[in-house]
Parts: sequence; C-alpha cells; structure tokens
Amino acid sequence: MADSDLSRSVADPAELAEVGLEQCLHMYEQMSRIRAFEEQVNQLYLSAKMPGLAHLYIGQEAVAVGVCEALTKEDYITSTHRGHGHCIAKGASTDRMFAELLGRAPGYCRGKGGSMHIADQETGNLGANAIVGGSAGIATGAALSCKKQGNGRAAVCFFGEGALGQGLLYEVMNMASLWKLPVVYVCENNQYNEYTRFEETTAGTLSARPQAFGIHIERVDGQDVRQVYLAARRLVERARRGEGPAFLLCDTYRFLGHHVGDIDRTYYRSKDEERTWRAERDPLNLLKNILLGQGQVDQGMLDQIEREIQDETSAAVQFALDAPFPDEREVTQHVYA
Amino acid sequence: MFMPEVGQQTATRELTLAQAINEALAEEMRRDPNVFIIGEDVAEAGTPFKVLKGLVEEFGPERVIDSPISEAGITGLGVGAAMTGTRPVVDIMFGDFLTLAMDQMVNQAAKIHYMSGGKLKAPMVIRTTLGATRRSAAQHSQSLHAWFAHVPGLKVALPATPYDAKGLLKTAIRDDNPVVFFEDKLMYQKKGPVPTEEYTLPFGVADIKRQGSDVTLVGTSSMVYIALEAAELLAEEGLSAEVIDPRTLYPLDKETLIESAKKTGHALVIDEGYERFGATAELASIIAEGAFYHLDAPVKRMGAMDVPIPFSPALEDLTVATAASVAAAARALCGRA
Repeated sequence: MADSDLSRSVADPAELAEVGLEQCLHMYEQMSRIRAFEEQVNQLYLSAKMPGLAHLYIGQEAVAVGVCEALTKEDYITSTHRGHGHCIAKGASTDRMFAELLGRAPGYCRGKGGSMHIADQETGNLGANAIVGGSAGIATGAALSCKKQGNGRAAVCFFGEGALGQGLLYEVMNMASLWKLPVVYVCENNQYNEYTRFEETTAGTLSARPQAFGIHIERVDGQDVRQVYLAARRLVERARRGEGPAFLLCDTYRFLGHHVGDIDRTYYRSKDEERTWRAERDPLNLLKNILLGQGQVDQGMLDQIEREIQDETSAAVQFALDAPFPDEREVTQHVYA
Repeated sequence: MFMPEVGQQTATRELTLAQAINEALAEEMRRDPNVFIIGEDVAEAGTPFKVLKGLVEEFGPERVIDSPISEAGITGLGVGAAMTGTRPVVDIMFGDFLTLAMDQMVNQAAKIHYMSGGKLKAPMVIRTTLGATRRSAAQHSQSLHAWFAHVPGLKVALPATPYDAKGLLKTAIRDDNPVVFFEDKLMYQKKGPVPTEEYTLPFGVADIKRQGSDVTLVGTSSMVYIALEAAELLAEEGLSAEVIDPRTLYPLDKETLIESAKKTGHALVIDEGYERFGATAELASIIAEGAFYHLDAPVKRMGAMDVPIPFSPALEDLTVATAASVAAAARALCGRA
C-alpha cells in the first residue's frame, strides 16, 4: 500500500475540544448540503433534465468542508472536474449552482461554464477546472499575488491523486517551495484515477512527491471532517505566517462512479468495497455518531437540519428548472474582457 | 494618451527594437506596481537576447523574477496571478517553447473570462520570439503565432519596428486579456525612430509601411522588412507596391487589407509561419472575400516552407521568403513575369 510509511495526523482530545458544537453543526450542515445537492444532480441526470454529465462528490464531503472551514471568504480556492463540493463549501449558493448545471441565465457563469467550470469571485473560488491538474498553476499564481500584495490571504489547490500524473503540479510545487508561497495543495486520494486504481498508475509513494520539493506534508483521514479541519487550519496558518506551502494528503473514497453515467463499476472495483465504505466510512454518519455519542445533540436536531437542507435543495432545483436559458446574444459576449 | 505618428512634428531618437521593448516594460513597471516579469534568465542575465538588461537593477528580483525552466509552470503562475490583481509579463525565451505552456494558454488563460460568464479575467502578456535563419535548427526557429490567433480569448501582436514594438507592448500590458506578443529574434538590433514622449498604439490597426498602387504586399513581423526590400526592387522596374503591416493578428484590421487590395487589384501575403493552415491562409481569404470583384488575380500566399527548419544554412535559407522571391512572385501576380 502506497504511503504506509506516512502516518496520519490524529488530533488529540484537547485539539478536538477546540472544535465546538456550533462549528461541528455548521460542518454537518455543509456536508449535508453537498450530499443533497449531488443526489439531486444525479436525479437531474437520470431524468434527462440536465445537459451533459457531472462528476459527483458523494463520499468526499469531509475534505472540502473541513478545508474550507479553515479559510476565510477572501482566501482563494481552485477546484476540479469533481468540484461541486468545493464550491458549496466555499460558500456558493446551490440555486445558482443548479442553474449553472442546467445551462440557465442566472447560473454562476451565466450558463456558459457548466458543471466543470463554476467560478465565484465573491467567495474566492477561482474556478473548477476540467483539465486534471490544470488549476495547480492558477492556485500557485494566486498565492504569488497574495504574497506580492501582502494581503494575508492563502490559496488552496484541490486536486485528486490522479493529478499527480501531471507535470504542471511538480513545476509549480517547486516554485511554491522556492519562494515560500502561501498555498496548500490538498490531494484527495479517492483511490481511483477515473476507472483505474491509483496504485496501477503511481510509482513510489504519493507523499514522496511533495517531500522532494521540501514541502511540509500531513496526511489525514479524509472521512473525519474534524481531523481534516484541524490539519487544514494548521497548514493554512503556517502558510499565512510565511512558512511556505504545504501538502495535505486526504485518504477518502468516491462512493459513486467517475461521473453520473458510470453505473457498472464492477470491472474496476467490487460492490463489497463500495458497501463497506458506505456502511463504515460515510463522513456524515461519522460526525453524526460522534455528536450523538457525546450527547451534545439528539437525533431530532440532526433530522431538523437535514429536513431544512432538503427543502432548500428542492427550492434551489426548482429555481433552476424555472430559470430562463441565456439570450442568444450571450454567445459572443465575454470572449474578451 | 499621446499617440503620435512617426514623421509628425515630434521629437524622436533612434532605438533598437530591443531597447524599445525594454523601455516599454520599464515605463509600465514604473506606472503600475502590479506589473511584474517572470521567466527564465530574465533578471541579471536579461534574457539571452539582453532585451531586459537593467530591469532587475531598477525593479528588484521581486518584480523581475528568475524562474526555473518550467514554461507550463510560469505561464500557469501568470494566469493565477493575473486573475488575482497583478499584471504578469511571462517571458518564454523561444516561441518553440510555447508548446510546453499550451494548456495554460489555450485552456486556462484564453477561456477563464468566458467560462466564468465574464466575472474573472486574466490580464497578462506572454512575450516570446519567432523567426528562422539564425542557424538555430528545428526547435529554436519556428514562428507559431498562427496557433494562438486561432484561439478565441487570446490576442496576438507581432510588431516589426521599434516604434510599433514599444507602443503595442504598452497596450498589451494594459489590456485586460491574455496577449501573446511575438518578437523576431533577428530584429532586436534593428533601429528606428521612437518618440521621446510617452505613447501607446491601439491593437487592430494596420500600418501602411509604404504607399503604392500596383500590388499590395501584406507582411507580418520579420516579413515586413522583406516586403519593403521587395518593394524597392519592384520600384526599379516601375511596379508600385504598397506594404501593409497588420501589427496584430487578433484583433485584425481587415478593412485596411481589403481597401488596399481593392485599390491595387493584386495582393500577396507574406508571413514567416508555416504556409499550410497558417496566417497567410487567413489573411488571403479575408482579402479574397472582401475584395474579390476588384482582384485581377488570386491572392498569392508566401509562408515558410512546410518542413521542420533545417540547420544547414544552405537549406535553412530556402525555407523563408526573401526580397527576391517576393519580388518575383509580385511580378508574376501582375503579369510581368
């Protein structure tokens, strides 16, 4: 198993106690919002109401939410083809996201970007990216801007383990380390490069890669949102202090297919494996059980949160379904600034 | 902004094209603290062509940044920095190396404004070179500007004189879009008058380098001088050639090309990029469509020979148009062969 030499950061009870109930409930709510959004996206695909495809984030919610919990609105993120979770976690509203996925005028990109290109300047989201690893330069360049402008902001670059096959990432990690740029590379190892297990495409270990550039690295259980948050907070604060970039390796799992149409997955992974992750490693259930176990909340409170999220999501999707398509004149607008 | 035409009552001095570029960068960096340069050997070395000599001394290594040999990485950093409030000038030493930065230019920089529905922009300049006959062989001699003119979202400038180079580079730096700026390596030491007062030149305005009435010679970059030499040869034979320099391929001043062709009835397009599917094809078709009923002959194209640029001088010199070959083609076009 790759990376068995790098043990996971595990916060001690004192650190965990710093993550208060309010913050835990906020993270629970955000994870629920992503889950509900993605389930609705799948329905839109299955009912043929959504043009094109989408790549669902279900199973990985704790990574986006834990990391973004450590950021301010002014911090930057770049995202991936599997980017809905990052976008919501950074503060986007789901009605305009659904509108974008349906190619409607009120979408975040006026319907011109779609599922793989949502960007939201208001929340520091520099955009999802349909080129694997394609945003590594953008995130690192944003960090260069932050350093030049001395504005105290940091940039987070989300990518999957598949992006470690792309040369760009190595070029920019080298520069980030050389120039101590405030950027955190968040590698979500969901274990599959599309339809191929990552060990089949990855020589050596994942962690040796950033280590070669002298980049500080931590590894966490990407299903435990509190662990992700605490690690991200350490790394982001470190970056803000001018101590340079970091690499956060998150062990996680994509519960569904590479995209909504990837239904038959048995040729690359077993149903048993999927069932086990869902049953034992669901980030929402893990947090729910911790909160219930501590007696801080009761089931009724969590049910209430989920009901509200479901209502919000239904209203958001209806907003998008009712929204107009862009005017034909839009096609030639915004080619140039 | 003061925009003099050379020849008007304005004080000028002779500068080389390299000095004009250097002066444009220095002026823009003094004017706007957000402008910075990043590239290989740009600081103390001032690039192999010494174009940036003295800039690091004035602006310091924070604004004239020596980078690793990572074309994709520095271009990617440039895109991210441009999206977050700075104005990078990325130096790609040889135009041939643009291949390494292609994804960052074509999929990222060119598209972010459109994909984000007009919310994000990438105001950056990618300065690079073109041109053969320096005995540099196949990977240091190409003229690849047509590739970038093909991509919506990019602008392409290719100045031929020190005056044009300075005015267009200042405009490029102030432009809110990614601009690919091509300089002919062989022209760096060419001298020409440059106003002492500050000026900029607009994109999309062709310059008539020589007035004429019998044949239109459209030349780009290095081929402007070839066209002017050819016009001299033709004048000795009583053929009056008009020489037009588009100066920017996108935006393109179609009207000036078409009007000249209408006037002369004969048009020849000369460019140092490969002839097939190249800039000459686009320019010739624009003239053919716009001036068809005024043309006495099909528009003639002369690009670089469709071969990898050979090293041997005996072979390399065959690949690019010369004043003699242009004059011969113009003669044939006018029925004087």
